Amino acid sequence: MSTRGVTITVNGEARSIECDPRTSLLDALREHLHLTGTKKGCNQGACGACTVLVDGRRINACLTLAFMHDGAEVTTIEGLATGDALHPLQAAFIDCDGLQCGFCTPGQIVSGVACINEGHASSAAEIQAWMSGNICRCGAYPGIIAAISQAAGRS
Amino acid sequence: MFPFSLEKVRTEDEALRAAAAGGRFLAGGTTLIDLMREEIEQPRHLVDINALPLAEIRAEGSDLLIGALARMADVAGHPETLRLHPLIAESLLEGASPQLRNAASIGGNLLQRVRCPYFRMRDAACNKRMPGTGCSAIGGLNAGHAILGTSEHCVATHPSDLAVALVALDATLRVRGPEGERSFPVEDLFRLPGETPHLEHTLMPGELIVEVRVPDGPPARKARYLKVRDRASYEFALVSTAVVLDIQDDRILSARIAAGGVGTRPWRMRASEAALIGKAPVREAFSAAAELAVRGARPLSGNHYKVDLLRRTIVRALEMAGDMA
Amino acid sequence: MTTNIIGKPLARVDGRAKVTGSAQYAADFNQPGQAHAVIVGATIGLGRVSGIDAEEVLGMPGVIAVLTHLNAPRLAYLPHKAVIDPAVGERLHVLQDDLVHFQGQPVAVVIADTLDHADHGAARLNVRYIAEEPIVEPVGPGATTVIPAAGIQPDAWIRADTSRGDADVAVARAPVRIDAAYGIARENHNPMEPHATVAAWDGDRLTLWSKSQYVVNEQAEIAAVFGIPADDVQVICPFIGGAFGTSLRTWPHVTLAAMASREVARPVKLVLTRKQMFSLTGHRPRTHQRIVLGSTADGRLTGLVHEGMGETSRHEEFMEALTAASGLMYACPNLRTRYRLVQLDTGTPNHMRGPGEASGIFALECAMDELSYELGIDPIELRRLNEPVVDESSGKPFSSRSLMECYATAAERFGWSRRNPAPRSMRDGRLLIGMGTASASYPAYHAPASARVRLQADGTAEVEAAASDMGPGTYTSMTQVAAETLGLPPSQVRFRLGRSDYPPTPSHGGSWTMASVGSAIRAACIAVQQEAARRAIADRRSAFFDATPDALHWHEGRLRRHGDSSYGESYQDIVVRAGEAIEADASAQRDPEVAGRYSMHAFGAVFAEVAVDPDVGTIRVRRAVGAYGAGRIINPRLAASQCTGGMVGGIGMALMERTLLDKRDGRPVNAHMAEYLVPVNLDIGALEALFVEEHDPHVNPLGVKGLGEIALVGMAPAIANAVFHATGKRVRDLPIRIEDVLAA
Repeated sequence: MSTRGVTITVNGEARSIECDPRTSLLDALREHLHLTGTKKGCNQGACGACTVLVDGRRINACLTLAFMHDGAEVTTIEGLATGDALHPLQAAFIDCDGLQCGFCTPGQIVSGVACINEGHASSAAEIQAWMSGNICRCGAYPGIIAAISQAAGRS
Repeated sequence: MFPFSLEKVRTEDEALRAAAAGGRFLAGGTTLIDLMREEIEQPRHLVDINALPLAEIRAEGSDLLIGALARMADVAGHPETLRLHPLIAESLLEGASPQLRNAASIGGNLLQRVRCPYFRMRDAACNKRMPGTGCSAIGGLNAGHAILGTSEHCVATHPSDLAVALVALDATLRVRGPEGERSFPVEDLFRLPGETPHLEHTLMPGELIVEVRVPDGPPARKARYLKVRDRASYEFALVSTAVVLDIQDDRILSARIAAGGVGTRPWRMRASEAALIGKAPVREAFSAAAELAVRGARPLSGNHYKVDLLRRTIVRALEMAGDMA
Repeated sequence: MTTNIIGKPLARVDGRAKVTGSAQYAADFNQPGQAHAVIVGATIGLGRVSGIDAEEVLGMPGVIAVLTHLNAPRLAYLPHKAVIDPAVGERLHVLQDDLVHFQGQPVAVVIADTLDHADHGAARLNVRYIAEEPIVEPVGPGATTVIPAAGIQPDAWIRADTSRGDADVAVARAPVRIDAAYGIARENHNPMEPHATVAAWDGDRLTLWSKSQYVVNEQAEIAAVFGIPADDVQVICPFIGGAFGTSLRTWPHVTLAAMASREVARPVKLVLTRKQMFSLTGHRPRTHQRIVLGSTADGRLTGLVHEGMGETSRHEEFMEALTAASGLMYACPNLRTRYRLVQLDTGTPNHMRGPGEASGIFALECAMDELSYELGIDPIELRRLNEPVVDESSGKPFSSRSLMECYATAAERFGWSRRNPAPRSMRDGRLLIGMGTASASYPAYHAPASARVRLQADGTAEVEAAASDMGPGTYTSMTQVAAETLGLPPSQVRFRLGRSDYPPTPSHGGSWTMASVGSAIRAACIAVQQEAARRAIADRRSAFFDATPDALHWHEGRLRRHGDSSYGESYQDIVVRAGEAIEADASAQRDPEVAGRYSMHAFGAVFAEVAVDPDVGTIRVRRAVGAYGAGRIINPRLAASQCTGGMVGGIGMALMERTLLDKRDGRPVNAHMAEYLVPVNLDIGALEALFVEEHDPHVNPLGVKGLGEIALVGMAPAIANAVFHATGKRVRDLPIRIEDVLAA
C-alpha cells in the first residue's frame, strides 16, 4: 500500500502527513499528529465528538479523508486558546459547567465556536437546534447552552 | 476499508474521463466514507470532485438552480433558496446535523444509501448489497422500513429529506455523462427495488449530477416540510411530508404532496393531490386526501404504525401549509 | 461541621484540561512503536467456530498477527470475583476455545502496524461457524427462568424473595386495586468514550492505559487472568469519557489488548467500535415487572406485590436490586417481592446508572400514579398518606429521609398547583400538556477506601487515591474535602486519581465515591496533620517542641496551641524543617454498629411536564424539576449538573432508548448512535435540580449520600406519568414512542 503526503495547516502550523489514503482526517490528527484532543466517539458521523473546523466550517473529522484537505486550514480544540488565555467559549464552558466527563467537550466547544460564528446563537432555542449534532451522554446540555449564550453575548 | 487510489479532478471533463475509467465520485464523503469503513462500499479508485465549479446557487428567472456540489448548509442558508423555495431550506435543516450539512453535497444527498441496518451489516443477507442473498429486514426488525413501493426483495426507505421536498417541487436534475448531457425529474432518479434492489438510481455509468433546477411554482404558494421522529433532531424520519399548496379564495388550486420514510423512494402522492383540487383547505378535505395516500400501503411486521402516522403527517403538513399567511 | 470550601460551587479543577483537549483518555495514550488491534466478533448468536482462514489476512499489508482460539496462549484465568462481578457464573474466557456464546463475542484479534491495516484485516478475516439458534427473547419458547442463586443465600445482598404479612390476601381483599405489568427495553450505556486499552509489557510487567471505573480491580483481574502478581500490573486511567457503569467490569477486550501486546512484543492499542460496545460491554437488562397495589378507599396501602424478571447471560447471573425499593418506599403492612432471572444467549448485563432502582421504581411509581387516579387522590397526597415511619423492610429507622420535603420543594418550584388533575385536560394551543411526578430513591452505600496525603515543601498538599472521575467531578469534590480538612485553599491541593498503585478505593459506581473516597481523604488529611504535628513536637526548631499533642490543634492550615491564635506553624514550615515531604495514608469505612442501626437512603421527588402533539404523537419534555435529599452537597454547581444530567438520561430511558435484538441470530440491529437514540440538545427543556437541606450524621463523617444514581431514578416514571396525564393513555413499556402514543 502506498502512502502519500498531504500538507494541512493545523492550528496555524503547516503539517506534512504521510499516510494511507484511507486515513480519516480524525485519525490523521490523533494517530499521526498526536493531537488527541479531537475525540473519536462513534467514527460514523453520529455523535459530533470529532468536530473540527476546516477552513472555518465545522465538520465531522471521522467522515472525511485527510487527503481531501491538502492545503486546508484545520482548527482543533488545541488551537483555540492563545497561550494561557482560553478562548472565551472555553472559559464559558468552565464557568457554566458545560461539561462533565469532558469527552464530548472538545467537539462541543469547536462546534460552539462555529455555531456562534455562523450567527446561530441568538437564543437558547436556536443554540439547541444548531448544537444538536454534538451528543453529550452526561447530559450537560443546560451548561452547554448557557456557555454558548454567554460567549455569544460577549463576542 | 479496502485500499484505493485517489485522484483529484478540476474539470467536469476530467471527472467524466476518470469515471469512465472506473472511478467513483467522491464529494462530501459523508455516505461513501462511512460505508467504505464498514466495507459495504469497496471502490478501488476515488475521484475527488470537490474542486469542480459546481457549487453555485443562483436564480434564473424565477427558477432556483443548485449546483450539485453545493453543500446542504449553503443551500439552506442561501438568500435565493429562502426567497424562492424556503421549503428546500426547511427540509435541509431537518436533516442530519450542522456538521454533516457543512460537508454533504446536494448530489450526494440525493444519492445517499439506505439506512436499513441489514444493508450495513457485511454478513447479513441483503439483496441490495449482495443480490440474491435475500432480505433480512422482511423477517427481521423493520419498524423503520417502507410501506410503499416495497418488493419481496427489498423494503428499505430512501433516507433523504431534501429529495422529498424536491420531488414535491417537481425539481429536475441535469446530469452529464459520456453520452452528453440530459435532464429529467428528480423523481425519476430513484428506482423502485422490484427484483433489482441493488440498482437504486437511473444514472448511467459514469454520469455526474451537475445541477438541480427547481422550477417556479404557482404564486401564493404555501409549502411546508414536516418531519416526524422520536428525537427532536439528528434522526432520520419515521415519516415526513412535503406539501405545496396554492390556495385562492379559500379553494385549493393545486396541491403537491410527497412523503419520506414510507416509500422505497421519495413518494409522490398524486391521488391525494387530485382529491384536493377545488376543495376548501379544511381538515375534512385533508383527511380524505390522506386516506388516499395510504391506499396500497403494505406494512411489514414491525411498521403498521406508519400507515396511521403517514395519514396523520399528511393532514398536519397540509394544515401547516394552509395556515401560512 | 461548619465549612468554608465544602458546599461551595467551585468550578471544576480539571475544567481547563477538559476544555483545551489536554485531558487524556485511554485511547489518547499513544505509545512509541505501538501496533493496533481490532477485534473480530462472532456473526452467529450461538454455536462454534469451525474454521478461521487467517493465512490470507496474515499476508495483507501491515498485518502482524491474527490471534484466534487456535493460536492464542492459554491463559491462567485464576478465580477472581469483585463486588461488581456477578456472584454466580464465570466470566467469558476469551479466545480459549471454539465456543460462541453470543453474537459479537470475540473470535479473533487482528494486529497490524496501523489502524487502517488492522481494520481491513479484521474485516477480511473469514471465520466459519457451525451455528445454532440462540434464544434472546426473555419471554417465549426456550427462555429459561431461574431463581438467582445468590439471591437465596442467607446473607443475600439482593434477595430473590421477600415478604411481610400476606400481600396476596391483602391485595385480593383490597377495596381498590391496581394490577399492571411494566416492561423496560434493553439499554446500552453508550458513553461518548468507547472502551479502549493501550497495553505495553516491559519484561514481565504490564502497563494498561485503560478505561476503567475500578482500576484496582482491573489490575487484580488482569493479574488473575494472566496468572501474574498483581504488583506486576499497573492500570492508569486519569480520565473517563463517561461510563455509567459500563466500565465497572473489566471486559474481555482488556485481556485481548494485553494478550496482543505480549504476542507481538510491542505496545498495542485496542479501541472498541461503537457497534462492538453494544455486544461486549454490558447493558441494562430488559425487565418485565408486575406490580399489584391494594389500597383502602382513602388511599392507604394494604398490600404490595412486586414481581420482576431481568435478563442475564447463560454464563453469568447478573443481579440488580429490582424489587428492593418496594420494601421501603411506602408504609404497607403486607408485601411480597419476587425477583427472577431469564438466561439468554447474549452477553452479560451489568450495572447501568441507577441499576435496579431505576427499573424497579419506574414500575412502582407508575403503579402509584395509576392508583392515584383510581382513588381520585393527588399523587403527592397519596405518597404522603403512605409515608413510613421506619424502613419497613428492615424495621430500622432511616438515618434521614426527606421525601416529603422534596415533594414540597419541587412541587412549589414546578407549579404543581396549576395542574388540572383530569387526564387530557391541559393544552397549550394544539399541544396536549401533561404533568407527572414520581419518587426516587437510592441506597447510600459505602465501602472501605483509602487515600494518601503528602505535604510538600512548597506548602501544597498532594492527595492520591485509586479513584475515578467519569464526570461527576471527583477531582473537584475531593479537592474540596482535602482543602477543607487541611485548611488550605483548593489551589494548594492537588488530587490525583486513576492509578492502581495509589491507595485502593472501591469501584466508581453505586453513588458511593463521595462517601467512601471522601471519607478516606478526610481521614488521610487528619492523619497527615497528626504526623506533621508529631514532627513539630519532635523538632527542637519548632515552637511546639515537646508540646503535648492534646495542647495543639490545626486551624486554617496552621498548627496552633489551644487558646493562642497569635502564633502558628504552617505545613510548609514543618515540612521545610523536616527536609522531606510528610506523608500519611489512611482508610475509612462505615462504622458497622451505626450501619446496623439505620436504613440509609437518598430520596427525591421528580416532576416533569411533557407536550404531546395529538396529531403526530411526538412527545417532548418541556421542563422538569427534581428535589433531592441526598445529605450534604459538597459542590452545588457540580451536583446540579450531575442531577440535570441524570434527568437527560431519564428522558432517554423514558422516550428513546432501546437496543433491539434480532431474535434469529441475537444481533443488535440498531448498534449505531444514529439508531440507538439518546437525547440531543434540542430534546431537553428547562431542567432544574434542587437540594433539600439534610444533615445526616450517621451515613459517614461527611454526611453525604451520593447523587449519581438517584439523579436518573424517578425521571422516567415522572415522564410516563406526565404522558398519561397529557393523553389519557397509559403506556407501561419503555421507551414510550410515537407509535405507542398513537396506538388506539
